[in-house]
Amino acid sequence: MTPGFANPVLGAQSSFRALLHALAHPGTILELPDAPDPPAPLNAAAAALALALCDADTAIWHDGDVAVADWLRFHTGAPEAPSREARFLIATGAPPPLAALPLGSDEAPQDGATLILQVEGLAVAPGWRLTGPGIENSTDLRVTSLPAGFVAARAALAALFPRGIDIVFCAGRRIAALPRTTGVEEV
Amino acid sequence: MTDMETQNRRRWMSILARASEADMRAHLADGPALPPHTRLRGPEIGLVMLRGRMGGDGAPFNLSEATVTRCTVSMDGRMGHATVLGRDTAQAELAAALDAALQDPASGLLDRVIEPLATAQAEGRARTARRAEATRVQFFALAAMR
Repeated sequence: MTPGFANPVLGAQSSFRALLHALAHPGTILELPDAPDPPAPLNAAAAALALALCDADTAIWHDGDVAVADWLRFHTGAPEAPSREARFLIATGAPPPLAALPLGSDEAPQDGATLILQVEGLAVAPGWRLTGPGIENSTDLRVTSLPAGFVAARAALAALFPRGIDIVFCAGRRIAALPRTTGVEEV
Repeated sequence: MTDMETQNRRRWMSILARASEADMRAHLADGPALPPHTRLRGPEIGLVMLRGRMGGDGAPFNLSEATVTRCTVSMDGRMGHATVLGRDTAQAELAAALDAALQDPASGLLDRVIEPLATAQAEGRARTARRAEATRVQFFALAAMR
């Protein structure tokens, strides 16, 4: 078992602030300075977001092993749930099918899940062209190690707006967010 | 962990939770120091809700909140927990470190620290009980006075 944030209050607040910025400016890559040192395969950024966001009232789903489950349970106290009922999903490998996740309802779109997805690399480079709220014209983002068909599966949910899911990519200590309002075009 | 080990650990954790930091340090002083530990959580101060039952067997009700300090440490791969009443973070951390160290059967801490503390706490309880007993009022005498 490894410790969580070195300073629990400041660590959670700085990680939360970084996530707010990332969601307000989709495609921006931010580094989480206070990220903890979690058990593999969980990476530092995903662990920091889990500690900042999850508590006993947020059901989580993850695809880690017993060590990851113990670590998350000890530090967050969050109950585990199947992927179709979880508020936060932490995927260290391929994510579960996006359409089967909680999407919220038209009256309560905030009930849609947040997917914390670990990827191998994040770069501001041609790959995806992002457009939408929070982006002045368009911005480039390249995410490596995503499963085939991910962009198409996500695009299929756009018609359901305001229902949908928000995605945060985590690579090492860095994050970039893709809220449900952002359009993705592969270039 | 077997039932017996759970019982033993529950006993020493409850003794450690009642012991002051100075008492624990005093018993630790005449022997090797504890192995180093890393803090996994806390020590942090919070509140717990105390629940009571009227007469000991009625419906449970919330009595009040109590300030507690909890701490979890890791020592040689073993985890030690402590939750103590009050705001003494050093007491909680030392109790958690002792809980981790006591899980090593070769530590010898059970005889060196826990048993003397248990004796002292039992004596303290007995002393309080004696002083309370001396002030007991026998109400049945009132019934006989009619």
